[in-house]
Amino acid sequence: MAAQMSDAHRRFLQVLMSHGIMEGAEARKLHRCCCEISKAYYAQDKLDDFVSTINNQLQPLFMQIRKGMSEVDGRTHYALVNMAETEITKMASDYAENELELFRKTMDLIILSENGFASSTDILNSADQLKTKKMKKKEAEQVLKIFVDDKWLSERNGEYTLHTRCIMEMEQYILSTYPDIAKKCNICHSLAIQSQACETCGTGMHLPCVGKYFKTQSRPRCPQCNDFWPYEIPDRSRIDSQSSSRRVSRRELQSL
Amino acid sequence: MSQRKRSRGSGLTQGDDEDFSVVPTQSPSQVQRNLESRSQEEINRKVTELVQFLLVKDQKKIPIKRVDILKKVIREYKDVYSEIVNRAGRTLQQVFGLQMVEIDTKHHIYILTSTLPRVEGENLKQDIQTAKLGLLIVILSFIFMKGNSAKDSAVWEFLRRLRVHPGEKHEVFGDVKKLVMEEFVRQKYLEITPIPLTDPPEFNFQWGPRAAKETSKKDILSFVAKMQKKEPSFWISQYNEAKANT
Repeated sequence: MAAQMSDAHRRFLQVLMSHGIMEGAEARKLHRCCCEISKAYYAQDKLDDFVSTINNQLQPLFMQIRKGMSEVDGRTHYALVNMAETEITKMASDYAENELELFRKTMDLIILSENGFASSTDILNSADQLKTKKMKKKEAEQVLKIFVDDKWLSERNGEYTLHTRCIMEMEQYILSTYPDIAKKCNICHSLAIQSQACETCGTGMHLPCVGKYFKTQSRPRCPQCNDFWPYEIPDRSRIDSQSSSRRVSRRELQSL
Repeated sequence: MSQRKRSRGSGLTQGDDEDFSVVPTQSPSQVQRNLESRSQEEINRKVTELVQFLLVKDQKKIPIKRVDILKKVIREYKDVYSEIVNRAGRTLQQVFGLQMVEIDTKHHIYILTSTLPRVEGENLKQDIQTAKLGLLIVILSFIFMKGNSAKDSAVWEFLRRLRVHPGEKHEVFGDVKKLVMEEFVRQKYLEITPIPLTDPPEFNFQWGPRAAKETSKKDILSFVAKMQKKEPSFWISQYNEAKANT
């Protein structure tokens, strides 16, 4: 039976809402703090039950606290997402028309790319061709920074990808808008923006999922077509995924 | 479950001639009749839209104008406006612990504030926002200790001692002058008014309506007291003022 909504739940929701997205460990700490502050009963390790109670109240508002995985480090995150959207309506009230158009173009570039990243050069070039209202490069750079601050995009070495929060929020929208291009991870079946894909059959997996799946295998093979998996397997303890997507050379492969 | 596609948030729709600055005054029985002509589902949908609209605006600390509520959310449901707003308010309270507070009764502008008991050391947002709020609290403190109003030159001189300069790009705050004079003012944390007949123009800094609602003179005085390792009662007039304010 679902527990009653209390000030502890409300406080948790307010804080989560202001962060947009929170890492699992942070969320657990917040759960404990909120119960302590409100002197409510704290059931340790029952964060998901606590969240369910809140979600029962959020459901009629077409909102949910969702659990998702970061594509970079595989860590669980909690985010407050909007369920009603059939388009990026949440952003619609925050940004101007041409800013939204720039975001859509950026999303196109990211999803169509090999590695899930769009270079700032490509994005800035598309700023020049906006149909709504053209944007100068300087302005586009600032808008990109706002998207990063607001956790819609993540930036790394001058390249942009979708923030975990964005992926969690817009998963359904992306899968329905890019039906043949957007990939799903073969292991966890969630949308995969950054992934390693088999060269033979195209099966894709999140980097953290690859790390988990191949952990015990000495000669990694594609789960679908059994061909050699040509990439370096991400080390579970490593957070940086850049080098993990590096293709292993033939010599390295032979020495495995 | 079918849902009507939510209209775009920004910009006017075509042929929008209605005057959205006026809410029709109605008798309760009139409201009741209007309510009955709409289905529960329709009203609920509007309530949900309004709640989402309010939350999104408030997350950005943008004060919400009634005009915008009517134009962008309520629209043709103007006749049941009060019912929708009341229900949205109840939902905000029940689910989020938030309430709508009118900070400008003439132009009908609202903000959302928390109804939960406030706690010291609560971390609302641990990043640039926290740093900005820190700067803001420092400015609010300075204004309060100066007797609720301070000249811009005094405020900048004070901040200069904290190595925050309006002319230089700050490593955390960036363009500090813009942050203080534009962002904080837009968010209704500060009220900055030009002092007439001053050349070059000088400005008067005061607390904005949001500051008054989100913190208190008592809290600010405690903050100052803690910083200076003194008791709040050390500053007699501010202490009395803070006490009278609660």
